[in-house]
Amino acid sequence: MSLSNSKNLLEVNNLRVNFRTPDGLVTAVNDLNFTLAQGETLGIVGESGSGKSQTAFALMGLLAGNGIIEGEARFNEQNILTLNEKAMNRIRSKEIAMIFQDPMTSLNPYMKVGKQLMEVLMLHKGMSKAEAFEASVKMLDAVKMPEARKRMNMYPHEFSGGMRQRVMIAMALLCQPKLLIADEPTTALDVTVQAQILTLLNELKDDFNTSIIMITHDLGVVAGLCDKVLVMYAGQTMEYGTAEDVFYRPTHPYTQGLLKAIPRLDADDEKLSTIPGNPPNLLQMPSGCPFQARCEFAKDRCGESMPPLEEYAPGQLRACHKSVDGWVV
Amino acid sequence: MNTENNILMEVNNLKVHFNIKSDNAWPWEKGQALKAVDGVNLTIYAGETLGVVGESGCGKSTLARALLRLVPITEGNVVWLGQDLTDLDKKQMRDKRQELQMIFQDPLASLDPRMTVGDIIAEPLKTFRPELSKEAVKTEVRNIMDRVGLLPNVINRYPHEFSGGQCQRIGIARALILKPKLVVCDEPVSALDVSIQAQVVNLLKELQAEMGLSLVFIAHDLSVVKHISDRVLVMYLGNAVELASKRALYENPQHPYTKALLSAVPVPDPKVERGKKIQLLTGDLPSPISPPSGCVFRTRCPHANEGCAQQKPTLQVLSNEHQAACSRLADIT
Repeated sequence: MSLSNSKNLLEVNNLRVNFRTPDGLVTAVNDLNFTLAQGETLGIVGESGSGKSQTAFALMGLLAGNGIIEGEARFNEQNILTLNEKAMNRIRSKEIAMIFQDPMTSLNPYMKVGKQLMEVLMLHKGMSKAEAFEASVKMLDAVKMPEARKRMNMYPHEFSGGMRQRVMIAMALLCQPKLLIADEPTTALDVTVQAQILTLLNELKDDFNTSIIMITHDLGVVAGLCDKVLVMYAGQTMEYGTAEDVFYRPTHPYTQGLLKAIPRLDADDEKLSTIPGNPPNLLQMPSGCPFQARCEFAKDRCGESMPPLEEYAPGQLRACHKSVDGWVV
Repeated sequence: MNTENNILMEVNNLKVHFNIKSDNAWPWEKGQALKAVDGVNLTIYAGETLGVVGESGCGKSTLARALLRLVPITEGNVVWLGQDLTDLDKKQMRDKRQELQMIFQDPLASLDPRMTVGDIIAEPLKTFRPELSKEAVKTEVRNIMDRVGLLPNVINRYPHEFSGGQCQRIGIARALILKPKLVVCDEPVSALDVSIQAQVVNLLKELQAEMGLSLVFIAHDLSVVKHISDRVLVMYLGNAVELASKRALYENPQHPYTKALLSAVPVPDPKVERGKKIQLLTGDLPSPISPPSGCVFRTRCPHANEGCAQQKPTLQVLSNEHQAACSRLADIT
């Protein structure tokens, strides 16, 4: 992989996530590879069922009981996928933190927000109660929570959605992690609140040099925040490159279709172009490329084998039998 | 195009207040009024699409339901083709529902899980046109299924066997089989993935052109609304803050809230997105139980002054296709 360099914070190699289900083995993530340098932001984009959230859960060691992980994820040269629970607990939140999609269900409703924040610091940094309190207030101030001191004494239900997400972000940043995984952090929020949160994330990126993995279905969010973009479809990587390349020079038919299908505020099209059909059922995956059934360029070859993810220009990878300029015989 | 003659629906000073009692109130205490919709005026013309946008809690869904009298109307009226819907009794209202249909947000939850697709789509016909023969119903159902892109062989399947996009097509078929004049769509594509969303939006546009429908299209996604609407109503905390033709609203927004809302929409273009200036709103949405005095937006408005707290602005006509409710419009442009 040429996107990698010696200073990579995270290297994911051939990550595969399977689930044992009553209907058989389901592959949610299939041979995922990417690298992330310190301070870099990677956007993982895909529709529901593309495996983007399961990637995050796998990295955090939070997969459901029936999940099986293969491959490796080297964080600071250490494979975090094989760590035991105790070792993983030391890394979670201290080195890698996660922001979840729904801030209401991921905060403890019975615990005051302040206590939930202080707990992290007392556990990981061995702070005293008083120290942890002051540090938590400072962090709430940093995420622009008004009246932070007063809010330490409130329960999550007393906060609005945007405020709760700020609490989640503050909690994730308490130990100044090197890597922040954000799983659809703004999907449940209104656009004006989303803008507040994204501005905040951008500032944090600059202030703390945190690496971020941004998981989202919203290409607009990715455009504003990410350096690199990985497009997933049915568990597979379709395209991977810098944000400029993926947005301005997409080469995979799926990425192209996705970009054209979004109604845009800055354009005036009469008719939206669509991707016909539906995503495949993960239980009955077609052989070959998972996108072939919906792809306007599909040929026999696409049904026979899954195209490998190959670098076709420096730093730009794609998995498609069709060459960038057209078909090669 | 929009003349007196082709007015379908007129909404006059519509208010929907819900009576809310706090948990620790005494049983004899009166509850407080939650002002979900607080004095909205609008006109819906034949064949047009009116988009309604706003953030959660702005009253857009309540407005949609009130148009069809699915929630009790506190004050004001809804006039449908010259007839005041608030005057009708239950039976008369039921008859009117043939002309007024709705498409719901959650595609799966709005379909009865124990009915087959064929039964779901045929139910409105069986209810309102019982004189039709079985054969005639079947033909109608097949026709509309074909129109919305459902294959005839799925007619005996149940909703859980379909994806979200397919379920929404079933919902659309059910709404259109009676050939209504107005269809209210409450966030019909919010639960769908981007690639599926485009399919459903295009379908709605095609069907509208073909059947001459009027649509009220409610969404929080301003890009989708821009795509489908002729006119757009922006709501904030139960009030209409701006009503304009699509072009006027998106190219030349007047109300400070509309401006902030539009600037906050992320655009899938890295250079544009990183270079643009977002007008961040400070603070949170106030409670609709005790909204701010005067202009409801003043607590978050960068241009608010003392006058804004005194008097509640109403929609002022700026041009024949543009209205906005702000008392400081002259000073802030």
